[in-house]
Amino acid sequence: MLTAKHKTGLVFFPAFDWAISPTHPEREERLLYTQDQVFEEGLFDIEGIVEFKPDLVRVQDVERVHFCVPDVWEVTTESHFISAGGAKTIGMAVLDKQIERGFALVRPPGHHAMRMVHGARGFCNINIEAIMIEFLRAAYGIDRVAIVDTDCHHGDGTQDIYWHDPDTLFISIHQDGRTLYPGSGFMNEMGGPNAAGMTVNIPLPPNTSEEGFLYTVRNMVLPILDDFQPDIIINSAGQDNHYSDPLTNMNFSAQGYADLTSLLKPDIAVLEGGYSIESALPYVNVGIILAMAGIDYAGVKEPGYDPDSIRQTSDVTDYIEKKGEKVLGIWQQREEIKARLRGEKEFDERTRRVYYDTDNISENQKETVRICSDCGGAIRIDSSSDTGKHVLAVHIPRKACKKCRDVGYQWYDSALGENFDMVLLQDRDEDKYIKSC
Amino acid sequence: MIIGLDVGGTHTDVVLLKDETLAREIKVPTDSSDLFKTVLTGLEKITEGIEPEEIRRIVLSTTLTTNAIVQGKTQQVGMIVSGGPGIDPALFQTNEHYFTVSGSIDHRGREKEPVDEHEILKIADILKKKEIRNIGIVGKFSARNPAHELKIYEIIKDSFGKIFLGHRISGNLNFPRRIATTYLNAAVRPIHKKFFEAVRKSLEEKGMSVPIHILKADGGTMSFESSIDFPGQSILSGPAASVMGSIAFASGEGESLVLDIGGTTTDIAVLINQAPVLEPLGIRLGGYKTLIRSLKTCSIGIGGDSVVREKNGKLEIGPDRIGPAMAYGGSVPTPTDALFVLGMVENGDREKAIKGIDSVVKGLGMSAQEAASEIFDLSCRKILAEAQDMIDRINSKPVYTIHEMQEGRQVNPKKILVLGGPAPYFAKRLEEISDYSVGVVPRWAVANAIGAALARTTCEVTLFADTQLGIVAAPEENFSETVDKNFSKEKAVKKADALLRQKALQTGASDVDEIETEIIEDLQFNMIQGFHTVGKNIRVKMQVKPGLIYGYDSYC
Repeated sequence: MLTAKHKTGLVFFPAFDWAISPTHPEREERLLYTQDQVFEEGLFDIEGIVEFKPDLVRVQDVERVHFCVPDVWEVTTESHFISAGGAKTIGMAVLDKQIERGFALVRPPGHHAMRMVHGARGFCNINIEAIMIEFLRAAYGIDRVAIVDTDCHHGDGTQDIYWHDPDTLFISIHQDGRTLYPGSGFMNEMGGPNAAGMTVNIPLPPNTSEEGFLYTVRNMVLPILDDFQPDIIINSAGQDNHYSDPLTNMNFSAQGYADLTSLLKPDIAVLEGGYSIESALPYVNVGIILAMAGIDYAGVKEPGYDPDSIRQTSDVTDYIEKKGEKVLGIWQQREEIKARLRGEKEFDERTRRVYYDTDNISENQKETVRICSDCGGAIRIDSSSDTGKHVLAVHIPRKACKKCRDVGYQWYDSALGENFDMVLLQDRDEDKYIKSC
Repeated sequence: MIIGLDVGGTHTDVVLLKDETLAREIKVPTDSSDLFKTVLTGLEKITEGIEPEEIRRIVLSTTLTTNAIVQGKTQQVGMIVSGGPGIDPALFQTNEHYFTVSGSIDHRGREKEPVDEHEILKIADILKKKEIRNIGIVGKFSARNPAHELKIYEIIKDSFGKIFLGHRISGNLNFPRRIATTYLNAAVRPIHKKFFEAVRKSLEEKGMSVPIHILKADGGTMSFESSIDFPGQSILSGPAASVMGSIAFASGEGESLVLDIGGTTTDIAVLINQAPVLEPLGIRLGGYKTLIRSLKTCSIGIGGDSVVREKNGKLEIGPDRIGPAMAYGGSVPTPTDALFVLGMVENGDREKAIKGIDSVVKGLGMSAQEAASEIFDLSCRKILAEAQDMIDRINSKPVYTIHEMQEGRQVNPKKILVLGGPAPYFAKRLEEISDYSVGVVPRWAVANAIGAALARTTCEVTLFADTQLGIVAAPEENFSETVDKNFSKEKAVKKADALLRQKALQTGASDVDEIETEIIEDLQFNMIQGFHTVGKNIRVKMQVKPGLIYGYDSYC
């Protein structure tokens, strides 16, 4: 009888009655053929693979991570509560030791959703990994978390949420932002002054194949994880690096994804993108599930799979190897970089424009962080969108020092007297979320 | 008149129903080494003095195929399995003569790699040399496109006896279970066929040429004729007999628990609106997970004859049975002995029961009376806890749409129906210590045979359409037609309904009017390629759900 070496939990929620729009890549049909393949392979019958029904997240779980404008209900649908809930279910099952590892095969995805949410961007409304992680931190007291985002698109939402968090390592491997949405994720994006180096971007050139991805994992991701020593490893398991994906230009495969999963050994994987719904997803998902469970996946191949025909050129190989040296160089020099970014400043500021492509909303943001050696630093975000909303949001991080708490509440109190549509505050240590309109 | 017969482990129950009343009921000892004799004796006794032409229906529930599988007394089978990409099909090996071959069909039913005729011929030669007659052929995704199974069949059909094809066994997607189910059908066919042909012949000799129906694990029946091609459906029909026997007494609307308290175990099932809850995919037997439709039942090792022990200062019950209660001459104390001590049962040796209970609790500072109530309550509580676990499992079954998630139908029975030997005694106590209203199934001692007698023909049809490929098909029913782009879910449901009615009639239903069909699943997806709709992907599953035959729905 087939038995999993690692007891593995799955939440499978294909949301067969939900789509962004009828012909959108994020539509009802997306996981249909994956379901067929998973059922036909009999994966749920394997000893040591268990399926869970997803829980729903609560509004409080969302507000622990996001500032939703005007509110959580307005920027989400039921499906988002279930998809984030599926990730949460897996997270709880892992930490309760019901399972050793777990995979939330859910939709819609979340990794383009930033801390501030005025609408949907890159098919994402709320960040399902971050909601899970912050729930687990609040409920189980885990501290150091590593997120490895292997979606083909830069995980700019997750990067934004953890930009200032010294306890969260965010590594994103993706197709070079010069050639693909969302156009970010360059190596010089390394995290804010309180968490410099904790954001690691590894942009790969178009047409990278198994060789390049696995090289990246072995020679960049694993050594950094080894150094960081996380309590838990999360994989944002996008599947759009596949050679047949219609939205991207990479040459990865089901075998490659399974190998990557075996190397990475994530405690929790969460499905992100992947839109080759017939030719890639059924095989990639079966490969990832078997790899997580520690079952031989050598036979999991796309019909017509020919590694030679998708093999990367030697230019690509050289480029990635050079990139690897730089990535490790930055990681090793992260303390120096941090010192340089801080200088003598008391606060650091960044201003930017965020475009919510799925909902066609533009937002202007000014973010201020208190430079702090004792915690992640209080954050103040002044945000206005072309829907006419102008909000001020304050984030007081986990393990905040007294000074940052005080600064955060001062920001909040003084904003109450100003002309904002809404003033919001997240107090993570108190697990408290205040909104005043 | 209708005869229902249910073969149990120790005895066989037979009933004769006449004009909606129980005319006769008997019990004969089961001789597991000669089930044929057991069945025939039962049928002879129940029909003594009855004119053969008065019998219009016989339904049999036997342990024949179940025992054969569990004891490994089945026929040799040659299995030819075509996998394609995925888990190595060699890992699903069911038996000695098991061959994996090339060929691959994908999830939409498109051929990706052809069958290799030479490879098949070589295997056929090996199987012929080993004098294997019965064959199972199974392909991955054959429920979507059976072409490869049919191709292999064409290549070898002249060299073997009965050949079972995976796609005819079930329309559900689950390759490992399709393999196991096909194997089991092939393995039990010879004994099943021989047995029931002998039964039929004997009955004919007695002038009874009435239709014989066989009870299935899903609580429905099939005709003997159709069972020849699907003998695996007859396994584990025992629990189904009892559950069907309780149905007439379940309140029409709402949910009930059914507890069949036997000597060794208590079997638990759930009824919703008089229909039993089914397993999503199929029954498990021994090491086999199958696609054989079955009731969802759960068995706990607590029964009237379970062994009572003391362990670390605490009383323990079961899960094993050594023999009958001491009051009936057994060697170890049991919950039945507790009933004797409590004065609930009187037709045995109470002194021996007291002695037995005393021997277990001597270190616990309890009187036999106190110990007996403790044993009895503990048994009741364990059964209730197990039932609650089962309800929780049913309620935590994953769903795949937001609609189902929101609707979130939760099973929450308020009523328990008890049957089996100690039913009346347990019913009273179960009600006292729980929030359930508890009733005893009337005729509880033979309710199983009544259930068999009255179970209707059940079946299921799985149909899919892919308008991009221009096809609507139900491979299990040997049905496939071309369709155009306008084919819709409504049309698919109509097709499935027609196929289901036809199947019900072919497998034993006697009248079109009494066939109640029900949609289990109907999904329609737009298939998009490059932002354009290229077709519709439609899935429909329908069933005739288990229930009682027309006119007997409220039999009592």
